[in-house]
Order: sequence, then C-alpha cells, then structure tokens
Amino acid sequence: MNVMYFAWVRERIGLPQEQVKTQAATVAELVAELSAREERYAAAFADISALRVAVDQELADFDAPLAGVREVAFFPPMTGG
Amino acid sequence: MQVRVQSDAFDTGAELAGFAQGRHDIGAVVSFTGVVRDTAGDLDHMLMEHYPGMTERAIGGIVDQAVARWALVDVLVIHRYGALAPGAPIMMVATAAGHRAEAFAAADFLMDYLKSRAPFWKKEVTREGAAWVAAKDADEQALKRW
Repeated sequence: MNVMYFAWVRERIGLPQEQVKTQAATVAELVAELSAREERYAAAFADISALRVAVDQELADFDAPLAGVREVAFFPPMTGG
Repeated sequence: MQVRVQSDAFDTGAELAGFAQGRHDIGAVVSFTGVVRDTAGDLDHMLMEHYPGMTERAIGGIVDQAVARWALVDVLVIHRYGALAPGAPIMMVATAAGHRAEAFAAADFLMDYLKSRAPFWKKEVTREGAAWVAAKDADEQALKRW
C-alpha cells in the first residue's frame, strides 16, 4: 500500500511517501504499526486528533477499514482558499 | 464547470471576462479572489502544498455539491500551488446563475469548503524562518452553516 505524508507530517517523518506492507485492518492499526517503527513516526502520530486521513483520496475516519485500499495519506487539517 | 489546479499565476480580470461568455440566461456573476497576505510585514513567500489527484477530486466533489444545491449556469475554480509572492492571487471562484442570491450563496459555500476540505496546506516563509499555517476552528465551524 502507498502511504503518503503531507505538510508537517511529511517533514516530521522525513519522506513524502513510501510503500508499506501491512496486515493492518484499519487506519488506526496502521498508525499503531508505523508509530512502533521509529521515534519520528511516533512523534508525527502522537496526537491523531491533530491529523486527518484520506483513504484512496477520500477523507476518512481513523477506524476506516483498509481491505482493498491502495493509498492512505496523513496530513494536518487543510488550509486552502 | 471548470476546475484548474496550477502553479502558474492567473489574471482574474481575463478569467472573468471569459467566464460564461455568450450565455444569455445569466443574470448574475459573483467572484472571489484569495490573495497572499503579508500580515506581519516580513513574508518572503507563501508555499502552498497540495495532494495531486485528491485535490482535483475533492474540488470536483465540492463543485458537484454546489451545482446540486443551487441553480447555477456555470462555475469556475482556479487554485494555485507552489511558491506564491505577497499580493499574488492564490485562488479564485466564480459562479454564474439566473439571479444573484444563488450566485452569492454558491460562491460562499464553495469558499467555505475549499478552505477546509480541499487538500492544500499553507506555509509562510519569512526572513526569520518558515511556519505552517494552522487551520482555524472558525473555518471548520463555518461548514455547519451549510
């Protein structure tokens, strides 16, 4: 699965995207797996209330299922306009 | 209906002159242009990051909602990304309708949603350093009006 990071999440983790092999059933499980990897991930995901997630380019909740999903993106609340 | 996501500058006047041209069923055109503001007087530039693919999809979905809700003849959304100078246009929205109430309401709705639901992130780069612009609670609250 392609996992993408934007804005300060990208800066904190240190890369814009990566391929992740995971058995995680939900976004929250994926967050737990990534956080357990290294401190920079744990720091980025420390407060998920400050984060938003998109699953296959649609905004989703952290309990969204990952079965069949190709792309997950993590980012702060959007500041367009 | 037209959505453009681009790094290049655009000319608001030229865009408006070409918008909904030749249509005789329009009584009202409303437009909004967002401009890079230098609040503290030390802004070098604004960096606008986005999520290619999702950006176009999200804006398209927001435009679809507006079209379903109001009797619009045409809609134009242009949103830039990349390095933007103070005073430069960031984005514009134009709506065309038979009457002004629809055109105003749809433009207001589009702006509220583009601000909080289109995947863009602003970073202010000053001589002192760079900082991400935090989303405002008021912007999230504004969505509840609709």
